[in-house]
Amino acid sequence: MRRIGLPDVIGPISDRWSRLPTPARYVVYVIAIVAAFALPADSIGSFMSPQSDWSAILFYPIGVYILLAIGLNVVVGQAGLLDLGYVAFFAIGGYTMGKIGLSLKWDFWVILPCGIAAAAVAGVILGAPTLRLRGDYLAIVTLGFGEIIRITANNLNFTGGPRGLSGIPNPPSVGSFSALQFNVATTKPFYYLVLVMIILAIVLVKRLERSRVGRAWAAIREDEDAAEVMGVPTFRFKLWAFAIGACIGGAAGVLFAAQTISITPEDFPFLLSSYIVVAVVLGGSGNLAGVILGAFLVAWLPERFRGFADYRVLAFGGALVLMMIVRPEGLLPSRRRRAELAEGTGGMGSLGGGVGGAQTQAVRIEAVETDAVQTGAVESEAAP
Amino acid sequence: MTESAALLELRTVTQQFGGVTALSEVDLGVPEGAIFALIGPNGAGKTTVFNLITGVYRPTAGSLWFGGAKISGKRPHEVARVGIARTFQNIRLFDNMSALENVMVGADARHDSSVVGAALGLRRHRREERDGRERGMQLLDLVGITRVAEDTAKGLSYGDQRRLEIARALATQPRLLLLDEPAAGMNPAEKEQLGVLIRKIRDIGVTVFLIEHDMGLVMQVSDRVAVLDFGQKIADDTPSAVRTDPRVIEAYLGAPADAT
Repeated sequence: MRRIGLPDVIGPISDRWSRLPTPARYVVYVIAIVAAFALPADSIGSFMSPQSDWSAILFYPIGVYILLAIGLNVVVGQAGLLDLGYVAFFAIGGYTMGKIGLSLKWDFWVILPCGIAAAAVAGVILGAPTLRLRGDYLAIVTLGFGEIIRITANNLNFTGGPRGLSGIPNPPSVGSFSALQFNVATTKPFYYLVLVMIILAIVLVKRLERSRVGRAWAAIREDEDAAEVMGVPTFRFKLWAFAIGACIGGAAGVLFAAQTISITPEDFPFLLSSYIVVAVVLGGSGNLAGVILGAFLVAWLPERFRGFADYRVLAFGGALVLMMIVRPEGLLPSRRRRAELAEGTGGMGSLGGGVGGAQTQAVRIEAVETDAVQTGAVESEAAP
Repeated sequence: MTESAALLELRTVTQQFGGVTALSEVDLGVPEGAIFALIGPNGAGKTTVFNLITGVYRPTAGSLWFGGAKISGKRPHEVARVGIARTFQNIRLFDNMSALENVMVGADARHDSSVVGAALGLRRHRREERDGRERGMQLLDLVGITRVAEDTAKGLSYGDQRRLEIARALATQPRLLLLDEPAAGMNPAEKEQLGVLIRKIRDIGVTVFLIEHDMGLVMQVSDRVAVLDFGQKIADDTPSAVRTDPRVIEAYLGAPADAT
């Protein structure tokens, strides 16, 4: 079957971008940030969202989805671990905000680090026993974890059962700036808050990507066994990826609960996990700009076309299938991921891994090596 | 030869997979500063020895010692930090990373900056990044492939990929380098260069443990040669002595069936 290909316009642009001198890049960053702060303007809103409050939509789902997608991208895009229960960390952040805000009456700014810490601990608890699994096995366990958190919240009196928690305090307002008054009637301040968090998350993730941590993740994604033999503590770095992803998800949850005031288990369905995975894959996993674009589209399109409410999910599914045929590497893929997908290796692409016990792992190396004798021989004939 | 001078020692190591015995009570000693070769017919258990040394397998019985400390039971990344690096029989580079990045992954084995340090861009992290880059370039220079430093690994020629694997392994600053059939698929000129490179590596103070099928190369570079056949060591001596050993000749050429 002939693959339907689009003309590659992204490649040259990303090449040119990577050759741009650093000051020029900073100019672009500043312009992007200024534009992001100007985004809630009514003139933009009248086109982007004629039926509902634009700045409310910019906070949730758009801003929150983008933050979640940046977090999940660390796990899926960077380390190549398929996590289908990412919503669990969002829920843990949300319930931490709700529970502490209601019972101890702490400030949002104090609860935020607590929520992040709680999510990180949950990430480590989930990761420690399960990160020895590979590929589809890990996906199944994380999927279960997401459901366990939601169902537990649904069944505990502590979390308010199915009715959830309500009356969660908003963040305290800062001074008398209208942009920093947080209450039920304001929406723009929450957007600015999530925007600041998104920028911080991007800075964090970018720094990690360019360090030994990012290299270790890339090595794990490409060949986990070889990475381990080259001295990469693969298990520890996978756990870090999980914990960092969880932190960002937890922060998003705290912010979400502080804005919506009431949360129920139904705010954290499996569907949300899958939307975020879709955002990451659709945008081009591994590449932050792509992931942000993907999250924006996944959040915004259904809001924009509310008129087709009944067919939204159907149209969404159709669009995804089309995407996977026309552009499987995502809208804005990272160069490396594009190469991996083209050859069918790497993280998300290679879900066929076995269970990684010491023994099986070892046998896999052996198996690869035996058939490599033949490939080696063939290649040597081909070599000049 | 005194076994106590050995950098790496296998003491009566047995490795079984299910009912199959891959190695049976093998003793090996790799002297420090030497080029040591392990040869044997296909399926003799040579790569199994490397997988045991690097912690990919745990021995069914027996133990492995490196520089006087026990290494059997350690995980592969711990073995790397102790000072043992390897290349693979089939090439296992990080295909979509550049040659330099591949080597930098190896160099990171000696780096201590934490995830938090990397996130905050602390001074140690910045110094280690610079150090990794510099050392990476030096090693690419040592193996002679600086011209392709920025190319992705999978785009390199076969010979360059083999060289890159050696550079990546050396980046972990090993005391012992395990080379698993480095000459496989090379033409005579490349084999010649490889022999020079292996000696160069030994001369910078790294002990070399070589698995190789190419007898010309083995006889040319090795100080000592051990021979495995069906999981048992049948010889362990100087290259010239091994070459004339009747048991070795029998293992390679086949001989009248003789039950033992």
